[in-house]
Amino acid sequence: MEATGAEIVVRCLAEEGVEFVFGYPGGAVLNIYDEIFKQDKFKHVLVRHEQAAVHAADAYARSTGRVGVALVTSGPGVTNAVTGIATAYMDSVPIVVVTGQVPTAAIGLDAFQEVDTVGITRPCVKHNFLVKDVKDLAATMKKAFIIAATGRPGPVVVDVPKDVTYHTTDFDYPATIEMRSYNPVVKGHTGQLKRAVQMLLEAKRPMVYAGGGVVLGDASEHLIELARLLGFPVTNTLMGLGGYPATDRQNLGMLGMHGTYEANMAMQHCDVLLAVGARFDDRVIGNPAHFAREQRRIIHVDVDPSSISKRVKVDVPIVGDVKNVLGDMLSLLKQAKERPDSAALNAWWTQIELWRSKNCLNYNRNSPIIKPQYVVEKLWEVTQGDAYVTSDVGQHQMWAAQYYKFDKPRRWINSGGLGTMGVGLPYAMGVQLAFPDAQVACITGESSIQMCIQELSTCKQYRIPVKVITLNNRYMGMVRQWQEFFYGSRYAESYMESLPDFVKLAESYGHIGMRIDKPEDVEAALKEAFSPALKERLVFMDFQTDQTENVFPMVEGGKGLSEMILAEEL
Amino acid sequence: MRHIISLLMENEAGALSRVAGLFSARAYNIESLTVAPTEDATLSRMTIVTTGSEEIIEQITKQLNKLVDVIKVMDLTDGPHIERELMLVKVKAVGSGREEMKRTADIFRGRIIDVTDATYTIELTGAGHKLDAFLEAIDPAVIIETVRTGASGIGRGERSLKV
Ligand SMILES: Cc1cc2nc3c(=O)[nH]c(=O)nc-3n(C[C@H](O)[C@H](O)[C@H](O)COP(=O)(O)OP(=O)(O)OC[C@H]3O[C@@H](n4cnc5c(N)ncnc54)[C@H](O)[C@@H]3O)c2cc1C
Ligand SMILES: Cc1ncc(C[n+]2csc(CCOP(=O)(O)OP(=O)(O)O)c2C)c(N)n1
Ligand SMILES: [Mg+2]
Repeated sequence: MEATGAEIVVRCLAEEGVEFVFGYPGGAVLNIYDEIFKQDKFKHVLVRHEQAAVHAADAYARSTGRVGVALVTSGPGVTNAVTGIATAYMDSVPIVVVTGQVPTAAIGLDAFQEVDTVGITRPCVKHNFLVKDVKDLAATMKKAFIIAATGRPGPVVVDVPKDVTYHTTDFDYPATIEMRSYNPVVKGHTGQLKRAVQMLLEAKRPMVYAGGGVVLGDASEHLIELARLLGFPVTNTLMGLGGYPATDRQNLGMLGMHGTYEANMAMQHCDVLLAVGARFDDRVIGNPAHFAREQRRIIHVDVDPSSISKRVKVDVPIVGDVKNVLGDMLSLLKQAKERPDSAALNAWWTQIELWRSKNCLNYNRNSPIIKPQYVVEKLWEVTQGDAYVTSDVGQHQMWAAQYYKFDKPRRWINSGGLGTMGVGLPYAMGVQLAFPDAQVACITGESSIQMCIQELSTCKQYRIPVKVITLNNRYMGMVRQWQEFFYGSRYAESYMESLPDFVKLAESYGHIGMRIDKPEDVEAALKEAFSPALKERLVFMDFQTDQTENVFPMVEGGKGLSEMILAEEL
Repeated sequence: MRHIISLLMENEAGALSRVAGLFSARAYNIESLTVAPTEDATLSRMTIVTTGSEEIIEQITKQLNKLVDVIKVMDLTDGPHIERELMLVKVKAVGSGREEMKRTADIFRGRIIDVTDATYTIELTGAGHKLDAFLEAIDPAVIIETVRTGASGIGRGERSLKV
């Protein structure tokens, strides 16, 4: 059947089962918006800034595992979207961003609202397309969804010139498309799998290091089964939190720059390391030379070969989808006659418990000023550990990661790779729309929240009842912490002056504002915010927290993982 | 170490910039890059000459493979291969210099493809070091202009890169 390009875009989205399109209109996409007006297959969510559209689509994808979709106009619509795209790219999140473009005949002529979208986004997308002929549009949309969701997921941009949106062609949406140049490896190599299993069974001081790939690949159950079968300790990266239940004894907590003492020590001193869906980030292993000082054998499972042996040489690389690979490992383990050396394992656990007994996340619970950690702990209690938690970037992000014990995957939504301030509120929107009945909390800082605060208006329009939990220390706390440690306490431009009255601000957007000054009021305030009475309302909570609290443990840049600064040492 | 990487990719607009962009974004060295369609017009073949440690070369091939448009990547330097580059050199050729230039070109199996009273344009093919040797063999003062294509390469014997 004949259809215009604009109709095709909309129908492809419907065929893909898209629930929400987060977007913002403009000249180049008006034909598409006209078609959106006429349909009822998906809901369009009008944000207040294109950056937020992409973040919301990204959070929808992170929390549901499905592809998120954003739609923006050409020129400034695209440049505003770039931060969102780069954020999704760094954390391997599957989204499709449809961008308007000037008419094909005007491309290259410095036309009104023209930017080289394909050029600007190239370094921060998994792939991008400029559709010059309406005949290629449906196939390109199909490819975009396939590429975004398979292999190592990532953002795909489809740039559609305005004339393509009114040209017509026969519409036929392909069920699938073969791409000779794109065939991600999903099954692990049998020989390597056998070597890996052998190595695991021989381990005396084993460690499982599980990253975002376990969450992205929905392999949490396989990971749990494997770890329990072997009795091995597990640590999660910031992106992997929830991939293995935080309240399980075998979990040593997060590792890395702000990881727990026990996780970092075990990582450093293990003799066999199973890395799954984790990429040995610089915030995770500290100084690679220091990490390499200890002898250990490494098995590395990743769907992206370029993640393997990038920063750390490994002994058994296994390219494949983490769910498949762990599934295959499990069957091999079940067939094997050998079992792990229980005496060695017991000794290892004794050592680990000794490390754990340092209680490195302890903090002053009797402080007369609200401790940020306390707010997060109480939030965990009040929400019974069952909330979706988004965060912005800074100290509050680390406290959220350390003190909210995530027992399920896809519950913790944050920007790890790019570290984008401003994601918190749009992330919460994307999650709440996907799960209307869930408790959704956005843990943020007074600085980060101001980077996308305009979205309070979107929340009002669509009645998105997220709970914003601002750990207000009147500082760009993470910056201040570095200045305190490494710049002689010279707090250059890290004090947040002239803050708005967040209560009034929330109220002016039609929401509920609360200001909490005393530790004894924290729990009651949280209970109220999450009470059935306020279930339909956005509550903006401004917690006045200790201004100079720091995040511990901390591994300084350039230092080794086991060279942590602990709270008690200061 | 110097490596010659050959690849086949979809012959699409922007394909070249994806490869060039990858090298600049990740700060990989690039000595030369040549590209042209193959006998199958939907395919482009590219030859990239680069240098780096084994780890970096491994990352380069992995990153190239990761580009969605790239179909196959081969490090020619992993096995027996042939490398060729074309160079055109315009030189001053007057008086006794004319004869001498012709002789030197002959030794290097160069061909004179354009002649004026005062100049020769010489065409030479060979591995890069052979072209370098030619330029070293002649008086630098007579060189007016040189242009080189960058290396192309192909595996020896049965070794081939095809879809
Ligand atoms: C202020 C701040 C502080 C930080 N401090 C820390 C810290 O202390 N500790 C910490 O861990 N991080 C920290 N980070 C985050 C850090 O920057 C990285 O984003 C994070 O460590 C990367 O996590 P990851 O290794 O799990 O990889 P991800 O970025 O989650 O990458 C996932 C990996 O899994 C692979 N993969 C994806 N899907 C699959 C699949 N289906 N099958 C197999 N493999 C798959 C991908 O190819 C990739 O290699 C911090 C960030 C900020 C902003
Ligand atoms: C867009 C952006 N700009 C700058 C930074 C650098 N940065 C990282 S944390 C931080 C301070 C965040 O302050 P706040 O939101 O108040 O959180 P806190 O650390 O105080 O908890 C800054 C400026 C960043 N990550 N993102
Ligand atoms: Mg702050």
